[in-house]
Amino acid sequence: MEIVLSLGIGVFAASGIWLMLRPRTFQVVLGISLLSYAVNLFIFAMGRLTVGAPPVLGAGAEVVSVDDPVPQALVLTAVVISFALTALFLVVLLAARGITGSDHVDGREPHQADSQPDFPQPDFPQQDFPQQDFPLPKFPQS
Amino acid sequence: MSPAILTASADTAWSDHLVVLPVVLPIAVAGLMFLLDERRRRLKAALSLGTVLVLLGIALVLVGRVEAGAQVYRLGNWAAPYGIVLVADRLSALMLALASVLGLCALVFSFARWGRAGPRFHGLFLLLLMGVNGAFLTGDLFNLFVFFEVMLAASYGLVLHGSGEVRIRAGLGYIAVNLVASLFFLVGVSLIYGTMGTLNMADLARRLAGPATEPALFEIGCAVLGIAFLIKCSAWPLGFWLPTTYAAASAPAAAILAILSKVGIYVVVRLSLLLFGAGTSQGFGQTWLLAAGLATMAYGTIGLLAARDLTRAAGYAVMISSGTVLAALGTGGDRALAGALYYLLGSTLAAAALFLLAEILQRGRDPGDARQAVFADEYRDPFDDADATEIGRAFPAAVAILGCGFVVCTLMLAGLPPLAGFVGKLALFTGLAAGPITASAWALIAALTLSSFGTLMPLVRLGILTLWVPSDDPPPVLHPTEFAALAGLLAACMALALWGGPALAYADETVRWLAQPQAYIQAVLGNQEGAGS
Repeated sequence: MEIVLSLGIGVFAASGIWLMLRPRTFQVVLGISLLSYAVNLFIFAMGRLTVGAPPVLGAGAEVVSVDDPVPQALVLTAVVISFALTALFLVVLLAARGITGSDHVDGREPHQADSQPDFPQPDFPQQDFPQQDFPLPKFPQS
Repeated sequence: MSPAILTASADTAWSDHLVVLPVVLPIAVAGLMFLLDERRRRLKAALSLGTVLVLLGIALVLVGRVEAGAQVYRLGNWAAPYGIVLVADRLSALMLALASVLGLCALVFSFARWGRAGPRFHGLFLLLLMGVNGAFLTGDLFNLFVFFEVMLAASYGLVLHGSGEVRIRAGLGYIAVNLVASLFFLVGVSLIYGTMGTLNMADLARRLAGPATEPALFEIGCAVLGIAFLIKCSAWPLGFWLPTTYAAASAPAAAILAILSKVGIYVVVRLSLLLFGAGTSQGFGQTWLLAAGLATMAYGTIGLLAARDLTRAAGYAVMISSGTVLAALGTGGDRALAGALYYLLGSTLAAAALFLLAEILQRGRDPGDARQAVFADEYRDPFDDADATEIGRAFPAAVAILGCGFVVCTLMLAGLPPLAGFVGKLALFTGLAAGPITASAWALIAALTLSSFGTLMPLVRLGILTLWVPSDDPPPVLHPTEFAALAGLLAACMALALWGGPALAYADETVRWLAQPQAYIQAVLGNQEGAGS
């Protein structure tokens, strides 16, 4: 169980970090969500792993093994907060997409980054590129 | 719960509940605010003004009441390590007062224009104050997280207040950075819980005095937690988001956001002195704090030198003031830290005032081209436009008032006599020079001197540019409420200088109180558990 849990945390965290560093805002949102799953699992693991142990004991219960209820309460709070903030982030993302016309994190497409570039502009129309995440053609430097 | 606690709390006076009011009052009024129709602006403004005035009153009463030590409020009357506690001690009361003064002035400023720039400004504003107050008062790490999130969620709304492309783009980065910082916060908190088995700050400090089970893992948790706080106080290299965000935010929002980075500073000061003052992890992270503080000061100064407009300059001034306190904490002298606390009050007020001033001076003006040279006159023949009619040009009254305010801000931020900025830096210097001067103290003294110079020069340049250089733009118009807000902040700066003796003595007492965590532990956990577990 420990292996599965730590693998889960690791895979969530790794893919979350990778997505978070991507240039499109939606990827960043997904990355932060995945990373918060990893963190939630991590908090849960910090209460030690037990199987079938009750977190709350009734009166007169025989204490054999108890689960720590505090990390579970912490996870619940963290889940609610990260859920709300992800929703808020999505709204800001949509606003940014609508207002700047680009879903790049900088609010503009990388090939339009410099309106007065030092190198000569290629003479094909640039607006025709679909706004997708494939590598854009490399322009000749200088 | 033990009967001793029940009897002890049976005779609570009403004034004991003052500690919880800075949290409960703003959230209650904010909840009411969201029910009110958006068109009832006067009612909303009156409600929030009343709330902030009451908060200021409570903060001042608390500053007077915590002389003896800490005032502990047990929510639901549950005993400390299991229940949630709010603790008002000297440091929290001081920060509460600072937040209330800033909140009051920013709110009054918003009555002129900005309160109408978008919906739900007042509700968000009060929620932000609730989060800030809660972060100052809470006695355990997880509630600190919750209050941080409330504060940040409200600040996202305030950064976006007024909308527009610049704000949305800045807000996108700001939210992403802070969401990641919150994840760091959670990892740190859970690591600390996993190793120490408690999140109550006093309980943590008490358990640290005994033999630690996994000191290395605990310190990793503290380091991860520290990263979250250093992102909040915009320490280099974690603080690149600050100048852009604060420059994009509307003026009253930027003024109240100036307290946000100080919340990070507050937590770093509190936890460093409480957990790492003595015991197994003594002095943990001090070198890092010193290095981060010095680097932040350097980065802030360089950024300020390169700043083209006043809002951005004010953002870098906030960074310099954060860096100064972090570096003072890193050198480890008690007297230097007291000076730094005093300096923090003055510089926060002055930076907030600069945000307000900048908005009045720069609205209606061309935002300027970032490609333009910093010293535009170097590229022009100085004899080209010999305009002799400038002699005897009448200054409008608004420009005169704004000019005076600008001079006060510059003196405060650059730390020149006779205002509180100078007193604070002098107290820092004498604190550093007391006893044998270490290499780190020399480094901090050099950084302080250079940052003073590096603040003075660009602020004077920007002041000349905005106040003296004749332009075709219409002269700035100063609304009475804007004047009142500005005057309030500047009067607070002046008061800090006039009553410098008592204020410095208070800061000294605060650091002395913080330096002996035993008293804090005693106050929170009480006698009956002082020796247990």
